[in-house]
Amino acid sequence: MKYYLGIDLGSTTTKALLIDENEEIIGRGLTNTRCNYFVATEVAKSEALNSARFFLLKRELEKALIDDSLKERLFDELGANFRLEQQLSHLDLLNETCEKTAPENVKDGVSSIFKQLKTDAQEIFADVKTDQSRFFRDMAGSAYCAAATKVSESGKVSFDSLVAVYDKAILQVENQVPEIDFQQMARKAQAAMKKQNGQKAEMHEAVDKAISSAAVLDLKIEQMVGTGYGRQRLPFEKSQIRSEILCHGLGAHFMFPNTRTVLDIGGQDTKAIQIDDKGVVTNFQMNDRCAAGCGRYLGYIADELNVGLHELGPLSLAADRACQICSTCTVFAGAELRDLLSLGESRENILSGLHQAIVLRAMSLLARSGGVENEFTFTGGVAKNGAVVKALDELVAENYGERKLNIHTDSIFTGALGAALYAHRAIDLEGAEVA
Amino acid sequence: MAEKIAQDGANSSVQKDQSMEIQKRMLAAHAEKLWKAKEEGKKVVYTFVPGNLTELILASGALPVYPEINALQSGMRNLSADYIQEAERIGHSEDVCTYVKCDVGMMLKGNVGPTGVKLPEPDLLLLSYTGCFVFMKWFENLKQHYNCPCVMLHVPYQADGVVTDAMKQYVVDQIRDDVIPALEKVTGKKIDMDELRRRMQLSRQAEDDLVWTLQSAKRKPSPIDAYFVGVYYIGPLFSAFRGTEDAVEYYRALRAEVEDRIKSNLGPMTPEGVLAKERYRLVVEGPPNWTSFRDFWKIFYDEGAVVVASSYTKVGGLYDRGFRHDPEHPLESLAEYCMGCYTNLNIPSRIDLLEHYIREYNADGFIVNSIKSCNSFSAGQLLMMRELEQRTGVPGGFIESDLVDPRYYSQANIKNRLESYFQMLAQRRAAGSAVLHGVS
Amino acid sequence: MSKTMERPSSQAAEAAHKEIIDSCQRIYYDVRLEAIAAWKKEDPAARKAVAYLPVYAPREIFVGSGVRPVATFGGGDQVNVIRGDSFYQSYICHLPRSVVELGLSSWKDTLEGLVAPAICDVIRNVSGVWKVLFPDKLTYFLDLPQNFQSKCGGKFYLSQLQELAEHLSKMSGRKPDADAYREAIVSYNRNRRAVRALAKMRVENPHWVPAWEYYLLVRAGDQMDADTHTDLIEKYIDLAGELNRPEQDNARIMVVGGFCEQPPLNLIRTIERSGCYLVDDDFTLGYRFLEQDADENIDPFQSLVDVYLKHSTYSSVKYEGDTPKSKRLVETALAKRADGVLLMSPSFCDPSLLDRPHFQKALEDAGIPYSTLQYAENLGQFAPIREQTGTFAEAIKLWGEG
Repeated sequence: MKYYLGIDLGSTTTKALLIDENEEIIGRGLTNTRCNYFVATEVAKSEALNSARFFLLKRELEKALIDDSLKERLFDELGANFRLEQQLSHLDLLNETCEKTAPENVKDGVSSIFKQLKTDAQEIFADVKTDQSRFFRDMAGSAYCAAATKVSESGKVSFDSLVAVYDKAILQVENQVPEIDFQQMARKAQAAMKKQNGQKAEMHEAVDKAISSAAVLDLKIEQMVGTGYGRQRLPFEKSQIRSEILCHGLGAHFMFPNTRTVLDIGGQDTKAIQIDDKGVVTNFQMNDRCAAGCGRYLGYIADELNVGLHELGPLSLAADRACQICSTCTVFAGAELRDLLSLGESRENILSGLHQAIVLRAMSLLARSGGVENEFTFTGGVAKNGAVVKALDELVAENYGERKLNIHTDSIFTGALGAALYAHRAIDLEGAEVA
Repeated sequence: MAEKIAQDGANSSVQKDQSMEIQKRMLAAHAEKLWKAKEEGKKVVYTFVPGNLTELILASGALPVYPEINALQSGMRNLSADYIQEAERIGHSEDVCTYVKCDVGMMLKGNVGPTGVKLPEPDLLLLSYTGCFVFMKWFENLKQHYNCPCVMLHVPYQADGVVTDAMKQYVVDQIRDDVIPALEKVTGKKIDMDELRRRMQLSRQAEDDLVWTLQSAKRKPSPIDAYFVGVYYIGPLFSAFRGTEDAVEYYRALRAEVEDRIKSNLGPMTPEGVLAKERYRLVVEGPPNWTSFRDFWKIFYDEGAVVVASSYTKVGGLYDRGFRHDPEHPLESLAEYCMGCYTNLNIPSRIDLLEHYIREYNADGFIVNSIKSCNSFSAGQLLMMRELEQRTGVPGGFIESDLVDPRYYSQANIKNRLESYFQMLAQRRAAGSAVLHGVS
Repeated sequence: MSKTMERPSSQAAEAAHKEIIDSCQRIYYDVRLEAIAAWKKEDPAARKAVAYLPVYAPREIFVGSGVRPVATFGGGDQVNVIRGDSFYQSYICHLPRSVVELGLSSWKDTLEGLVAPAICDVIRNVSGVWKVLFPDKLTYFLDLPQNFQSKCGGKFYLSQLQELAEHLSKMSGRKPDADAYREAIVSYNRNRRAVRALAKMRVENPHWVPAWEYYLLVRAGDQMDADTHTDLIEKYIDLAGELNRPEQDNARIMVVGGFCEQPPLNLIRTIERSGCYLVDDDFTLGYRFLEQDADENIDPFQSLVDVYLKHSTYSSVKYEGDTPKSKRLVETALAKRADGVLLMSPSFCDPSLLDRPHFQKALEDAGIPYSTLQYAENLGQFAPIREQTGTFAEAIKLWGEG
C-alpha cells in the first residue's frame, strides 16, 4: 500500500493528513504553528503517522474481533489511553526541561506541579470523548498556572518564578520534534486499559498482535504536497506545493461532491472559492489586505472580553438581539466593544453583532467570487463557531435562497486533504500547455 | 526609467538594447535642460501625464516637468517612504493619494528630484484636470507653496462613452482662451502655430511606432511584455518628448528591435534574461506598484506569465484605438487627445476595452492590480472584473497594492494570490486533459 | 450655567416643535425611500423620481421637467452592506457601498434614475457602475464646470443642463416649458432663503437651533417638494424662539469637511453634547450651495448657469480659482464668530482630506483653534469622539478666558 501526505501550514495551525492509495483518510495531525514552520510541519506529520498507525491497528482489530458493542468500547478506551500516554510523554519532556532549567529554590515547586499535572491528565483523559483538538501548549499552560497558584500559596516560592520556568521550557519543548515510539506507547495504553477493566485474555491477544503489526508497518510516503500560507517555507519542490485555494477546492469537493462554493475562514484570511463538478477551481476571491473579519479578529475579541475562543459562539447564540457593529477592523473593534459595554449592552448582544459583522464581510467576498448558486461548504477554524454558521446560513438564504450548507467534522483538514489528494493524483500543472 | 532598465541589464546577460540607450540619453538631456533652465532663462511648466499638452508647452519654448513621474521614480529609488511621511507630518491623511504626498514631501525637503538634481520651481502650473479629480487638489496644494500662476484645463469626462461637440468646444475654448494666453504670458512670446503643427506631425510618427510595438504582443509567443516593459515603452511619448525628433528616433529604434526579436523568435525581456517560455498570457488593469517593481515583476516572469495588454499603458493616450494627433486641426486634436485618455473613460467603456484586449490578444486571464491611491482607477474595478468574467469566461485575478507607498505593498500576500491564480489557470487547463480525475 | 433668563415655553409650541422634528426624523430614517414609493404608487404612470448624489444638483431642472428630485446620502448606519462591499475595496469611502446596496434592493423599483455630480473620482465612477447595473435606467453624470467664465464653462454647463432636461422630460413625457422651470426657480429660491435664515439663526442664537435639529430639518428636503420643505423650516423658525432653551456655556464650533458622506445623527449629537454649539457645518452644503437667488426673470437655464458660476459657495469639490479656499475658510469662521473649527472628514474622502493641510495652516496662521477627526457614515463608536470634542471645547473656553 502506498501513502500520500498533505500538509497545510496555516497561520494559526498546521495540519497534516495521510491518505492511502484508495484515497481513504487514515491519519491526521494538528498542531499550533510556531515561529518555526519546519518543526510545526514535522510535529503534525509525526502525529499524522501515529494516528495512522492507530487507525490501521483498529482496522486489524476490526477483522479479528466479532462483538460490535465490545469493539466500540475497546477502541474508545484504547484511544483514550493512547492519547493519555502521548500527553504524559509530552509532560515528561516538559518536566525534564523545566527541572533542568529551574533555579534550585524553585525545583521542588516545579516537581510538585508536575505531579499534579500528571494526576490531572489521568482524570481528563479518563473521559473517552475528550476533545482532541486542544493543543498541548494550551492544556499544559492553563493547568500549570492553576497548579503554580496552589504551590505558591505555601509561600515558599513565588508564582512568577514558577511561571518563568515554564515560559522558558515550553519554547524549548515546542521547538523540538518529539520522538514517539508507537509500539511502546500503544503497549502502555494497553497495559493501562488492562488495569482498568481487565478484558478477556483473547481480546488482549488480538490487541497484542495488532499493535505489533501496526508498529512495524512500513508507512512509506510515496508523495507529499504542502499548502497553506506558509507553504513557501516548506523545503519542498515547486511541484509539491499547491495553493490553498486549489487544495480547499479539491478537499471540499472530495468531502461533498456536489459542492460548488467553498467558504474558508481561517486565522489570517478568508477565501471564497467557486469550483466545478470535478473540484476544479473556476474563481476565487480572498479578503483584501485588511484582515478584518478573519479568525484573528475573533481571537482579539475573545481576549478583549477575557473569554475563551470556543466560548464566543455559544455566548453569541444566547443573545436576544444583535447590536449594530460597524467595525470589523481589529484596531477599532476593541474601542467599539468597550463603548457598547459602557452603554450597558450585554456581552451576548455585542457578540451577536460582532459575529454578524464577520459574516457580512464573508458574504461580500462570496458575492465578489460569484455568489452561492448551489451546494455550499464552509471550512476553516471559524466553521466550528456555531454563531457564525447560523448567521451565514440565514444570510445565504436571504440573499441567494435556500442552499445546502455543509460543514464536515474534518473541516479543519480540508486544505490538507486537498493537498494529499494532489499528492496522490500527481497532477502536473507545470506541464499544462498554453491552450 | 531607461536608466533603471540599463541597471537591470548590467546585472544580467541581457544585452542593452539600443532603444534603451536612446531613452537614457533623452532623459539625461532633459534633466540637464531643467537644471540649467533658470540660468538660461527657460520657463518651467509643471503638468500631468494624462491629457498633457506637451507639444503646446514645447512650442511655447517652456520646459515641462511631470510631478507624477517624479513620484514614481522616487518610488523606484526608495525615496518615497520618507517623502510621504513628510507630507503626512504637515497634515496629509494616510488615506489619500501617495503620488501627491510623495511630491509634496519632495518639495518640502528641497525639491531635489529623483536623480539627485534640484528641480527648478515652476513658472506655471498647467492643471490638466483629466480623468482624475485628485489632480485638481494636487495643484491647489502646490499653489500654496509656489508663488506662480496656475491655469486650469477642465477636461470633461466621457460619462456616456462619447465625446460630444459641446465637450470638445469646451476644451478648445479653454486651450485657446486660458492655456495659450497663460503660456504666452509666462514666456513673453506668442506661440507659433506652425511650430505646434510641426510638433504634432512628429507626435504622429512616434505614435504609429508605439502602437505597432504594443500590438506586436498579439503574436504567440509575445515578443514583449506590455506592462512591465510597456511602462518603459510609453515613457517618452507620455511625457516630455512627444512632438520631438528624439521620440521619433526612439520609437523607430524600438520598433526595429522588436522586429528583430520576432525574427529571432525571442520572448520578452526580463531582468533575468529573455523569458524562455510563455505559459500564461495576461491582460492587466491598473497601474503597477513602483516601490517593489522588480519583485512584483518577478512573480510574473517566474511563472512564465506575460502581460500582452494593459490599461495602464493607455493613461497617456489610447493610440491603439486609432487616435493620432492631427496637425491640420491642432486645438481640436489636442482636445480629443485629452478626452480620450484611459482614466477619462467611463466604466462601461473600460470594460469594453479590456474585453477587446482579452479577445484580441488571446489572453488566458486578466489581473486587476487595485491601487489604494488611485480611486479613479480602482472604484468600480470589482464590478468590471465580474462583467469581464461573465462576458469572456476568462477568470480574473485580484490583488491590491499602492503606487509609491511601501506600507501598502506586501510581497508575500501578492505572491500568494498570484501563484494561486496561476495554479488555477493551470488546473483549469489540465482539467481539459482529464488528469485530475482520481479514484472516486 | 444659564446666561439668559429662563422662560416657560408654551405647551403648544413644544408640541408643534416635536411634530416637526418627528416628521423630519421619519424622512431621515427612510433611507429605503418608502415614502417616495408610496407617493409614486398613487399615480404610477405619471410620477417619476430620480435621485441625485452630493453635493449639489440643480433640482429646478428636475422639477421643471416633471420629475421628482430625491437627494440621497446613502444608507447611513441603517443598512447592512453586503453587495455594496463586494463592489468596493476597503480603502474606498463608505457612501458608494450603501448606495449600491440600496440601489440593488429597495430603490430598484422606486427610482427611474440617478444623477451623479462631478465631485470626486468615486462618485464619478458610481455613475459608471450604475450604467452597468441598470442599463435601462437613466444615469447622468453632471459634469459641473471647473471653469467659471460664462463664455467657456458657462456655455458648457448650459449644454449639460439642457441635456439633463432632455433626458428628464423624455422620462416624464412633459413638454419642456420655460415657465415650469421658472416656477421651480421661484420655489427653490424661496427654499434656499429659508435654509439660509435657519443657518443665520444658528449663528445668532445657537441654543435655539440644536445642530441635530438643524440637520434633520434640512435633510427633510431630501424627499419633500420645495414649498412643503420651506413651509416646514419657516414654521420651525417661528417656533424656535418660543421654546425654553437656555443658553449654555458651550464653545462655538464650525464644522468643515463633511459635505458628501454624512456622519450618523448620533455623531452630530455627540459633538453637541460634549459642549459645542455648531454655528455652521457643511454636512448639507448642497442646500446652500447657491448663496444668492437665481434670477427669476431671464431664461431659466441661463439663470441657473449664471448663479452657479458667480454665486456658488467655495467648496472642496470646486476649483478655487484665484481665491484660496483656506482664505475663505478663515473669513467664514470669523463671520460666523466661531471659537474653533472642527475639520471633519469621512475616511478616504479625497476632496475633504486633501484640503486639510492648507486649512490647518490657514487656521494656525489666523490663530483659530482647530481639531481634526475622521468618520464613516456607519460609525458606531462615539466615546472617543465625545472625549476629543469635549476636550477641544474645554480648551477653547480656557483659552478664551485666559
